[in-house]
Amino acid sequence: MFASLYNFAHWLTRNREEAEDLVQETYLKALKGFVSFQQGTNFRAWMYRILRNTFLTSRSGLSVKMTVPLDREEDAVGLAADTPEAVLLARADQQMVQGALERLPVQFREVILLCDMEEMSYQEIAGIVGIPIGTVMSRLSRARKSIRELLAEKVRGASK
Amino acid sequence: MTCDWVPKLDLYVDGELFDGELTEMEAHLRACPTCAADALSRLQLKRMTQAAGRRFSPRPEFRLKIAQSINAAKRPPWARRWAPALAAAAALVLVLVPSAVWLQHLRSGQALGELADLHVSTLASANPVDVVSSDRHTVKPWFQGKLPFTFNLPEMQTSPFKLIGGRLTYFQQSPGAQLLFEVGKHQISVFIFQNRAELSGLNSGSSLSRKLAFNTETWAEGGLWYFVLGDASPSDVHDLSELLRSADRS
Repeated sequence: MFASLYNFAHWLTRNREEAEDLVQETYLKALKGFVSFQQGTNFRAWMYRILRNTFLTSRSGLSVKMTVPLDREEDAVGLAADTPEAVLLARADQQMVQGALERLPVQFREVILLCDMEEMSYQEIAGIVGIPIGTVMSRLSRARKSIRELLAEKVRGASK
Repeated sequence: MTCDWVPKLDLYVDGELFDGELTEMEAHLRACPTCAADALSRLQLKRMTQAAGRRFSPRPEFRLKIAQSINAAKRPPWARRWAPALAAAAALVLVLVPSAVWLQHLRSGQALGELADLHVSTLASANPVDVVSSDRHTVKPWFQGKLPFTFNLPEMQTSPFKLIGGRLTYFQQSPGAQLLFEVGKHQISVFIFQNRAELSGLNSGSSLSRKLAFNTETWAEGGLWYFVLGDASPSDVHDLSELLRSADRS
């Protein structure tokens, strides 16, 4: 979990030193606040929640809080992926996906990373981020739509 | 016209559909090629995001620093007022250990699955190896300049194994060597990577186990991590591993 927490922290802060500070503070808070952890509940989700709350009180986290995106539930309706898009996706490489993830607003980036990378359920993500499940779904949908668009843009640019 | 099932495709791909809905979705996907293609595209993006997301690794010295911080919290108390904090620290360690073991087990399963996928996709390829040679003196130098490490290959002439060749591969964002061997009609992949902390859970001694219908053996030596996998018998996988270990020690 240590490596996963660090990776997630680095994606949030986009800076090694800040990520290290964030992970260190998370562990210290977990040690101090362990009495508040309820046995039998999700320990991993509890650690991620501490890390995320700590991030929000950090300098870069505070600037993120100032720019909260509007969540519209209707965005949860999926997008139709046509065949040409699948072809474009097949041509995208890992670096392109990393670039697209970097360009996502942090509120979308954290949700898609918790879902796709950490394979957490919508319920767990809602608990960590502190938003309703419907908002998790709409943020996921918007994050994926943005990534598809950014990848399509990159692939088209590369093939010109 | 957009199909009524499209809004639920993300839920399907994310494993958020249960029982009746899941059965209905699966039946629909068998009947609707548009939704099936859409679901596949979403799954593809999810896998790409998963791979791309695993990007940053903590520095070993930072890992050590955190371990030391936790250990410091476990020191014997000098005063009674520290007792609750120490009890909490001890409890956290107790929870961390099983969680870590469980997560390591989960990660090991995923890692083994990824390596098995690499082996199968290599065999399915029209050109399974980039350097085609049964001569170890040809295969080993081919990796020079392509990998940040070097390794030894054993003399095969007196063994039942035949070296087919090698290719460059990537596992968890790190480059490595994949060597293909043949024994009888069976093919065995040998993966060699630089040993890292993330692989430590797979290094616990020399372990031979049957995973995903393949026989496997893994060990770490000289800063390198070896993983042998194939559908050959457990004894063949073990004998090839022994040959590789002997070459490494020679």
